[in-house]
Amino acid sequence: MILDARIPEGPIEKKWENAKFGYKLVNPANKRKFDIIVVGSGLAGGAAAATLAELGYNVACFCYQDSPRRAHSIAAQGGINAAKNYQGDGDSVYRLFYDTVKGGDYRSREANVYRLAQVSRNIIDQATAMGVPFAREYGGTLANRSFGGAQVSRTFYARGQTGQQLLLGAYAGLSRQINSGKVTMFTRHEMLEMVTHEGRAVGIVTRDMVSGKIESHAGHSVLMATGGYGNTFYLSTNAMGCNVTAAYRAYKKGAGFANPCYTQIHPTCIPVSGDYQSKLTLMSESLRNDGRIWVPKNKEDCKKKPEQIAEEDRDYYLERKYPAFGNLVPRDVASRNAKLMCDEGRGVGATGFGVYLDFADAIGRLGKNLVEERYGNLFEMYERITGDDPYTTPMKIYPAVHYTMGGLWVDYNLQSTVDGLFVLGEANFSDHGANRLGASALMQGLADGYFVIPYTLGNYLGSEKPEKLSTDHAVFKDAEKSCKDRIEKLVSIDGKRTVDSFHKELGLIMWEHCGMARNESGLKKALELIPALREEFWKDVKVPGSGANLNQSLEKAGRVADFLEFGEIMCRDALTRDESCGGHFREEHQTEEGEALRVDERFSHAAVWEYKGEGNEPTRHEEPMTFEHVKFSSRSYK
Amino acid sequence: MSRTMNLTLNVWRQKDSKDSGEFEKYTEECKDISEHMSFLEMLDVVNERLIEKGKLPIAFDSDCREGICGTCSMVINGRPHGPWKKTTACQLHMREYKDGDVLYIEPWRAKSFPVLQDLMVDREALDSIVQAGGYISTNCGSAPDANSIQIGKEISDAAMDAAACIGCGACVAACPNSSAMLFTAAKLSHMNTLPQGKPEVAKRTIAMVEAMDKAGFGNCSNHLECEAACPKDIKATVIAEMNRGYAKASLLKR
Repeated sequence: MILDARIPEGPIEKKWENAKFGYKLVNPANKRKFDIIVVGSGLAGGAAAATLAELGYNVACFCYQDSPRRAHSIAAQGGINAAKNYQGDGDSVYRLFYDTVKGGDYRSREANVYRLAQVSRNIIDQATAMGVPFAREYGGTLANRSFGGAQVSRTFYARGQTGQQLLLGAYAGLSRQINSGKVTMFTRHEMLEMVTHEGRAVGIVTRDMVSGKIESHAGHSVLMATGGYGNTFYLSTNAMGCNVTAAYRAYKKGAGFANPCYTQIHPTCIPVSGDYQSKLTLMSESLRNDGRIWVPKNKEDCKKKPEQIAEEDRDYYLERKYPAFGNLVPRDVASRNAKLMCDEGRGVGATGFGVYLDFADAIGRLGKNLVEERYGNLFEMYERITGDDPYTTPMKIYPAVHYTMGGLWVDYNLQSTVDGLFVLGEANFSDHGANRLGASALMQGLADGYFVIPYTLGNYLGSEKPEKLSTDHAVFKDAEKSCKDRIEKLVSIDGKRTVDSFHKELGLIMWEHCGMARNESGLKKALELIPALREEFWKDVKVPGSGANLNQSLEKAGRVADFLEFGEIMCRDALTRDESCGGHFREEHQTEEGEALRVDERFSHAAVWEYKGEGNEPTRHEEPMTFEHVKFSSRSYK
Repeated sequence: MSRTMNLTLNVWRQKDSKDSGEFEKYTEECKDISEHMSFLEMLDVVNERLIEKGKLPIAFDSDCREGICGTCSMVINGRPHGPWKKTTACQLHMREYKDGDVLYIEPWRAKSFPVLQDLMVDREALDSIVQAGGYISTNCGSAPDANSIQIGKEISDAAMDAAACIGCGACVAACPNSSAMLFTAAKLSHMNTLPQGKPEVAKRTIAMVEAMDKAGFGNCSNHLECEAACPKDIKATVIAEMNRGYAKASLLKR
């Protein structure tokens, strides 16, 4: 496997410009001769599909949801970063770049991150032009808020529904292209297989989730914008349907998978309430702007009501330990500290796995109305789920799996190790290193979809001039057959255990051994437990119904089967990365105060896993990460 | 202390869009339900028990389970998304119910929303309305600096109020005429209120209203059930706005 990052020549601020000038173009009359497959319709996929269609390409876009408007980008609450410096508070492209590389704990590719910071400004312009109702000041200009890991105010937002509004913007653009006939939309279609021919991506196989029909789709190039793999943990803030299947199928067809162990645990989620729990709900990080996080100083106070605990008996531990950033430390730091407090026995709530997020000060300072205006919908959501009113009693929060920084390896052009397969958004690995800063996921998804892929894909098509195969070709027929065989096998096992019971068990293994803190013996244990569970799954899973019609159990079974393989790669990656960095915390590598300790001389690289066939261990490759601009330092938010 | 309950569920079961469908009653599978469960988690538990007995689970749509994606869609005791105001079915929690309660759970019922299986319906008709004109025709790359368009906070807030629609279709399910006017009018209000949307107001309004009619949705006769059912609190005043806009646009067209 060759990992050529194809980083353009020149100084960092000129790289993207130089690259664009060097790219081959496809003339407007020829664009209509190319068919592009886009899998996923979230911010990255939706923006890419719409923009490529605007340019004149023929696009087929696929999503598992019943409408492209429902992709999980919609759930992002807090905002989107952009280096606009509208506040005049010292922001710049360079500062956003710097914050992102540092926030990612020096495990991202500088050139990609710089480009991301550059195009961030265009995203706000584009979204505004498309009618995204960003929050405004009374004077009519755009408003900003602050987010974790930054000391400037650069986050644009639309109440607590920024992801929704940005996705509806992309969806509007996509709808316009569907109307014009340039995009053919396939909803309730799930990608089950990637099809390659002579090392090139030539199409996909999907299952129509209503009719059960297995269908092949051929194109000149395949774009995957299929999101992250957080649901490997069963419980996460992801939507129920989010899965790794598309990315994992691409991996099995030769696409390298980078840094699968990098998962982001979000510090502010509603704690688990019981074993029936189906998902975890995030409370936006923006709440940390005004909310203060604390636990009781004394264990004995943990079972008291919060209002019975005197001010001097409260430990505002983030403010105490990190006076410079206080409650706005990056996510990994906030999450780990919450875990530390609970492990010390100072956690609150019925399970003891919770910390308080308190708005009493903010309500006193700003008044209830302003707090309501800023966070009203989040407070309502919290109250609906827990029955507690955050205006009168502090919220209880605990970290939960939220985002995955790892993903399919891509070069500067977003192309994977398979020619013609491009990967966008959360599904790729490049921009966030080992930890993503808040409000940067929306930025990256839209950057990839609106402003990067339209150029880099043109270069691929213009210089490689790939052929489109017929779906009658043997590679498609073989892929269809393997999908059908697998479905047949899943429905015919007829064992005793439900799909969900396996998924929950896998999730517990992952959370216990590959969650917020990891160590060698735990990871080794997980590497024994997962294959055993997988074996049991293929012997004893019960999937009612057949593959010939709508069958939700079957959909889940296919996804869980892939999680059961993928979880093993995550653990393997976590075991080999013998250092702590960002969201990957190895207990063997920490300072006396419990901060993460990187081992730069051994691990300043992306670890890229190559599939080596059924039953064989995958091979680990490395792409070195070099830092010419942001010098290594231990991240300090004190 | 956490409370549990035993329920009786009458759930609409329908094999596919051709099947006529009927209610099926469940009691054994609905015992010991915790008050802390969400409504959909309660259905998850019932489904696990059905599968263990070798029966087919109840098919229902859900995805984000935090009230924003608009996927979940079921009528609970006659009310789309159930009894809580401004709340989707996925956010409804079982502390609403007590031991012995009898519940009827049905899919959205509307001619334009064919049932796919059990509680799942096809809502592509809503997408077709947006595709007809629910956008601002601007290509990527041609946008001016975002602050060059100044928009008063009140206008921006009003657009956001309408833009909050999650496209779930509860308004259609609640309406005796199966009208999609609240949905269509919300999208129109969002786009037509903003200065960026002004150049296409007439074209957009006519196209979306015509697409709505073409998709077979009924008309508005002021029952306001849509507003009551809307999980995002979209106000029915947008419908009046749309009707005025449509009348004006139609006159201009002539």
